[in-house]
Amino acid sequence: MSRPLVSLIALVAVAGLLVWDSAATGLPDPFDFPAPVALGSGAAPTGGHCTAG
Amino acid sequence: MLLRRLGLGVLALLAVGAVAVAAGPRSGLLLAIGIGFGLVLEGLRFGFAGPWRMMIVERDGRGLIAQILAIALTAAVAFPLLAANPLELAPAHAPIGIGMILGAFVFGAAMQAVMGCGSGTLVNAGSGNLIGLVALVGFVGGAFLGTLNADFWAGLGQAPLISAQSLAGGGIPGLWLTLGALAVFAAVVAVTSAKGKRIPAPRLIAAAALLAVLAIGNLVVAGQPWGIVYGLGLWGAKVATAMGADLSTTAYWATTTNAAQLNAPILTDNTSLTDIGLILGAFLVMRGRKAPGAPVAPLALQGWVLVLIAGLVLGYSSRVALGCNVGAFFSGISTGSLHGWAWFVAAFVGSMLGLKLRPLVLIPARKAVTA
Repeated sequence: MSRPLVSLIALVAVAGLLVWDSAATGLPDPFDFPAPVALGSGAAPTGGHCTAG
Repeated sequence: MLLRRLGLGVLALLAVGAVAVAAGPRSGLLLAIGIGFGLVLEGLRFGFAGPWRMMIVERDGRGLIAQILAIALTAAVAFPLLAANPLELAPAHAPIGIGMILGAFVFGAAMQAVMGCGSGTLVNAGSGNLIGLVALVGFVGGAFLGTLNADFWAGLGQAPLISAQSLAGGGIPGLWLTLGALAVFAAVVAVTSAKGKRIPAPRLIAAAALLAVLAIGNLVVAGQPWGIVYGLGLWGAKVATAMGADLSTTAYWATTTNAAQLNAPILTDNTSLTDIGLILGAFLVMRGRKAPGAPVAPLALQGWVLVLIAGLVLGYSSRVALGCNVGAFFSGISTGSLHGWAWFVAAFVGSMLGLKLRPLVLIPARKAVTA
């Protein structure tokens, strides 16, 4: 398989995952978006990270 | 060519804009940062697994020294930022443990077997490398499976959390300790490298600087350092949940943070966004070249199965190791975690084994026919 075809498969798979997930869980409330940048937001980081067991 | 590149740039902007509208400006920014990582890693051919192989096989330390430079530049900004903003920014700290060291060793072996680390697998898949894409499928499954046994591996024994900040003090003292250790690290690599293979090429130095800028951007925007594995494990958990699995009974997914993320859209997960950006950035570089490059040599069927299994091992071991070359090694050391150093030693030794395993995994199609 050519490189463009393989990368296209990868992108379509990721896009499919996002569309399916967004349909299943819904999109976040626009009025509840976090601040664009964590630094200076006054809020503690909430996301998961690889180093957290 | 120019028109195509302009088109690719528009595609990237549209993707960032769409994500910003759908999930908020922070998500859009993180996707943009991820695209930047992909552009730098693929465009300037900056990697982790490849330079480690070069160091082991050819005593070529240039790529590894470039990695150390990127970590040092990131640390120089991250340490003061973390010290000044402890409530808004979190480091990538984790304890050293038996499971963590075993996981890093196995990860090092697996990443040489499939020629791709955490970031490398994403970049390879995005740039059209079929081995990378197959390994990525396994990686997602393995990173999820690793979450199911995370408490077992942690229970094997862990040392108390030790960091440069806890040893020397936060901010500048911890930074000096880390920079001093990195200088010794670079000197050891330089001394053991062959003559003429010690000074990184300008493109690697530029890549190291750009990676540091992007890593700091990741920390500032997300509030946490650059990571890879968490997002991939989350994707696997989402699929498992859709297939009927109840993850609320597992120790890992029952925690407040992970349970909330499992029920939230992927577009709100920091590491998922930069992971997706890495794939997209690598794709943009590949499509922006005059020629996309030759496809990888076909493997025998058992070779593809072994790549999938190696990807699975890569994902599982990275979860057990509390991060991959990015979350543990790059972000761990650049934010002061001692486990990042232990991770490197174990993964580097594992890489020596993995290089011997590579011919047994990547079985060419022709060899299988004649066998």
